[in-house]
Amino acid sequence: MTPDDRKYSKEHEWARVDGNVATVGITKFAAESLGDVVFVDLPEVGSTIEQFNKFGEIESVKAVSDLFSPVSGTITERNDSAIDDPETVNKSPYDEGWLLKIELSTLSGLDDLMSAGAYDQLTAEEG
Amino acid sequence: MSSVDRRLLMDRSVAGRRAVTVPEPDVPLTPLPDASLLRDDLQLPEVTEGEVVRYFSLLSQLNFSIDTQYYPLGSCTMKYNPKLNDEMASLPGFSEIHPLQRDHTVQGALQILHELQDMLGEITGLPSVSVDPLAGAQGEFAGLLIARAFHEDRDEGEQRNVALIPDSAHGTNPASAAMAGLEVVTVPSDEHGNVSVEDLRNLADKRTAVFMLTIPNTVGLFEPNILEITKIIHDAGGLVYADGANLNALLGLAKLGYLGFDIAHSNLHKTFSTPHGGGGPGSGPVLVTDELAKYLPTPVVGEVDGKFSLVSPERTVGRLNGFQGSFGIVVRAYTYIRLMGLEGIKAIARNAIINANYIQSQLKDDFDVAYDRYCMHETVMSARRQKANGVSALDVAKRLIDYGIHPPTMYFPLIVPEALMIEPTETESKETLDAFIAVMKTIAAEAQESPELLHSAPHHAANTRLDEATAARKPILRGSDEAAD
Ligand SMILES: Cc1ncc(COP(=O)(O)O)c(C=O)c1O
Repeated sequence: MTPDDRKYSKEHEWARVDGNVATVGITKFAAESLGDVVFVDLPEVGSTIEQFNKFGEIESVKAVSDLFSPVSGTITERNDSAIDDPETVNKSPYDEGWLLKIELSTLSGLDDLMSAGAYDQLTAEEG
Repeated sequence: MSSVDRRLLMDRSVAGRRAVTVPEPDVPLTPLPDASLLRDDLQLPEVTEGEVVRYFSLLSQLNFSIDTQYYPLGSCTMKYNPKLNDEMASLPGFSEIHPLQRDHTVQGALQILHELQDMLGEITGLPSVSVDPLAGAQGEFAGLLIARAFHEDRDEGEQRNVALIPDSAHGTNPASAAMAGLEVVTVPSDEHGNVSVEDLRNLADKRTAVFMLTIPNTVGLFEPNILEITKIIHDAGGLVYADGANLNALLGLAKLGYLGFDIAHSNLHKTFSTPHGGGGPGSGPVLVTDELAKYLPTPVVGEVDGKFSLVSPERTVGRLNGFQGSFGIVVRAYTYIRLMGLEGIKAIARNAIINANYIQSQLKDDFDVAYDRYCMHETVMSARRQKANGVSALDVAKRLIDYGIHPPTMYFPLIVPEALMIEPTETESKETLDAFIAVMKTIAAEAQESPELLHSAPHHAANTRLDEATAARKPILRGSDEAAD
């Protein structure tokens, strides 16, 4: 089930907003299509990122893919256990496999993201 | 196969053993310029000649090769490599010369290089050639440096810093562009597997240095809008680069120069039948229009009054490697072209295209075809249908090994989910293609009835399913006991 406590981007990232901090990760669909993740490259805490811009890379046994941020803001925390044990992203993309916590510079961008239902529809089409 | 002695050569080492006894020198000894260069801390295996021969013969038996089995590895053109190629390359006049010999002592070798430059120019319609690059990717890198040098000479070097590259491209294209200092901008494909001309028109502008297009493209399709595409880029002031990895499909049928390309590379190790894929070094000549000849990497071989010499083009982008490219590969490619002759060359592309379309038409009820239209030299199918039953392209590929067939290229191009890219090449008989088709049909049925069988394949190979994820996450980079962290 795609959790409905958060929002989704076309690029298969999710953002769960709590106050003005968003936790960001990749979706289960993305984790499954990538296959076994072997390497995650994330920016340093303190760097700023723009919505829909590239912020890092994720490498699986199949390919290297760019990561695009679903929100804009400043990175306050980064999940080093996803870097040290990339399989966390496969095992638990929505919980332990989160990637970044971002202090939002604006809330307005959230309207450009999808609900869980709309995201499921998108992946059913791409399937 | 389980009783195979799997110890690495290092692990077979016994102190004091040796393979050869070096004879006493019969020339005066000269001291080393710097004796400290001699190291005695390197662990080298100490084994007899017999042990070395047995070890490598064993490895060769564990290997999968075009000489033993069918090898439809997409985008790699695993055609049969005629043995005459090797015979010519081993002639002492080619194999026992040194790259630093004076030109007048190696005229024959230089003549081969020169004639191959001309032949490749004739075949592609891009007349100026350097056979220096050591692989396709290095040919790309050289070609992109040429594009940059061209724009710099027109005072547009700083402004034109973007390489436009389709989303279907091979990974080396954006990597080479980045290495050449260009910014990569991705051009989407349309729903037929072609470059989206509309998007290309919007993206091409005064920042465009070059557009890189694989032709036929990486989904094995001919771009029907090719003339429009090259015009769009030229009108924007950019150059058009052809990734010629798939040149096999065009031999004698279409010339890159006539289609509007300015720069290209050709993979001799694919199109011109030289061993590769663990079987030999590559060679990726870079080919350009006469206008761009002055930027070619150095050296190229020139001819004046029947005398050949190594020359450096006037505004060369420089030297790419130590010597004159993969010379042994050049001799093999040269032999192959001579062996085939003009009529033979034309038959290559035609048969490669017929073979791929035969496979596509016979398998399309069993696997999805990525783009349902005639293909060129390879067909990209998809295990999307099987995926619904939990069977992935990887499982299908691994199961093929049980049937003695090399897996097709998987998960490339990235725009096709569960991609299986099948390139039969022209050198396979109809019987081999029919046997492959029958096996693929069997595997499609197995995917329905017993998916478990596929998940755990291969069952009959020397190595069963490798744990690629752990290998990438925690690589062990040394033999024996010391595992890397
Ligand atoms: C379409 C394409 N372009 C470029 C290359 C790179 O060639 P090489 O492996 O010789 O560097 C390949 C190799 O597989 C390819 O398939």
